[in-house]
Amino acid sequence: MGIGVSPGIAIGKALVLKEIPSNLPKQSYHNNEEENQRLDKCLSTVRHQLENIRVEAEAKLGDMAQILDAQILVTQDEELLTFVRGKLKEGLTAEAAVYDGVEFYANLLANMDNDYMRERAADIRDVGQRMIRHLLGLEQSNLTHLTESCIIVAHDLTPSDTATMDQERVLGFVTDIGGRTSHTAIMARTLEIPAIVGTVDGTSIIKTGDMMVFDGESGELILNPSEETLKVYSAKQKQDRENKARLQTLKEQPSMTLDGRKVIVAANIGTPKDCEGALKHGAEGVGLFRTEFLYLNRDTLPSEEEQFQAYKAALEAMAPNSVIIRTLDVGGDKEIPYLGLAKESNPFLGYRAIRVCLRQTEIFKTQLRALLRASVYGKLGIMYPMISGLAEVRQANAILAVAKAELAAEGIAVSPDVEVGIMIEIPSAAVISDILAKEVDFFSIGTNDLIQYTTAVDRLNENIASLYSPYHPGVLRLVQKVIENGHKSGIWVGMCGEAAGDTALIPLLLGMGLDEFSMSAISVLKARELIGQLNYAETQAWVPEILAMGTAEEIKEALLLKST
Amino acid sequence: MIEKEYMLTNPQGLHARPASLLVQAATQSKSAVTLIKNGNEYNAKSILGILSVGAQKGDSLIIRIDGPDEVETENKIQALFAGNFGE
Repeated sequence: MGIGVSPGIAIGKALVLKEIPSNLPKQSYHNNEEENQRLDKCLSTVRHQLENIRVEAEAKLGDMAQILDAQILVTQDEELLTFVRGKLKEGLTAEAAVYDGVEFYANLLANMDNDYMRERAADIRDVGQRMIRHLLGLEQSNLTHLTESCIIVAHDLTPSDTATMDQERVLGFVTDIGGRTSHTAIMARTLEIPAIVGTVDGTSIIKTGDMMVFDGESGELILNPSEETLKVYSAKQKQDRENKARLQTLKEQPSMTLDGRKVIVAANIGTPKDCEGALKHGAEGVGLFRTEFLYLNRDTLPSEEEQFQAYKAALEAMAPNSVIIRTLDVGGDKEIPYLGLAKESNPFLGYRAIRVCLRQTEIFKTQLRALLRASVYGKLGIMYPMISGLAEVRQANAILAVAKAELAAEGIAVSPDVEVGIMIEIPSAAVISDILAKEVDFFSIGTNDLIQYTTAVDRLNENIASLYSPYHPGVLRLVQKVIENGHKSGIWVGMCGEAAGDTALIPLLLGMGLDEFSMSAISVLKARELIGQLNYAETQAWVPEILAMGTAEEIKEALLLKST
Repeated sequence: MIEKEYMLTNPQGLHARPASLLVQAATQSKSAVTLIKNGNEYNAKSILGILSVGAQKGDSLIIRIDGPDEVETENKIQALFAGNFGE
């Protein structure tokens, strides 16, 4: 067992990469000058090897080649070499001195309070290993020319391993250490190779040539599987591959029902970087870009310029498709010291989101200015969260108008096509959505909170989790009302909560007339496929039937029956 | 001697890639380049030194450059920070 970090089933023989011995020769029999020469020769050879790997990596992996730049710099690092040469003077062998020096710095990184930097310790050790192997006259671990397909089992995989690896023949990765952000995990996901990390003792238990299967999602690993197990996993693997291949063909396709109703299937993102994944999974835009990442884990407000850069990056990445960016949505449940939000006993009913923005208007205006400035780089939608009534929409729009006027006075261009909408997540807003629809360009239904507020169920309270259901007829009737009211005023209505990606609910939402479904990127193609198999007219006919039902259970059952 | 304060705005902080770029700029310089965070000084010509700073997004860093080509080096480093290290 380990941590599944890259989904997929791997079946094949293990190739275990051996570590260098732990008892390195310590006492040198050479004189100091000779050891220094050994070290120099080693440094230049290793630097050469890394430079060659880097050239190869550039072609194969693009950005990951940059990690190798850092490794090349390690081989000529002033601080490290001063340390190592000092050790040589004390009479240590070059290999022991390199080991000590590398461990010193790797430990510095490993003890940092930052996952990313901790993982970089592995990169430093990778260079160290390479140097020590060279000094000991050991072969470098070489995955460039594999003779048969195999699952790579290692203590940890290093950038130089993965960069030069013969990708055609690697079925999966299994490593003793690492987490979701370790190099192995990131690489495996990039290359779409199944992987498990953190098995702790995989390399000591598994032998080269052992037959094994594992599931890169659940982290399940079976060594020397029985015929029976093998059959089960083979079937699952085949199914996985077929699904993936089939869904990939939908990537460039529109999301359209059999009878020609076109909708938008978009992705929810948390940072501009997530656009890459959204595009890879065929999203037709971003239906919710949460901007909180700009405000969290820091001591001061993000500047207008910093925000502008982030919004611009997302808009450019998704153009010509639209990006709906939600303005700041924080409250007393998040620690943002510089906002001065007090701890509240009911943060979800408290001073949060638009309520904060309408009182601390400078913060809000800065964000709106950054958004408007970015608007010329793509198709922008601005979305206000936690709207409970008409006054808030008007106040927010008034501040938006001030931001626009300021920019106009400063001669800064703003796109004339910016859409302004609200999140419908508070029941009072849903109920008066006919009135609100006259003031905005779109609605996006935030089901996660709409369910919690409508059913009075704290969604974080496990004790009452069973009461929290998107199938509750009260919730679904509200959703239907919102869509209907939006359409009466001629505006589009989307959904950006978890429910939008729920394959059991999609037919019903489609039937209600929902125009945009925004979900996790990985659900996009599945949703598009489902929509393509549905008949809009038929799903419309289901709506009254379903909404007449009395309980969430009944509705869920009926929907599941229809989706099979 | 030039000393200038910068705010780090990369999402991942001073990780491998930006650190490499900074070290490359520093090693090309004939001047001494020092990175200062919370009063601690680090050799900016050392990738290990820079990585061990563990600088994260939002951190404020001082770069001190002392030597014959300090202005030119300062310009290079300023461009790196201003361009978010190309990220």
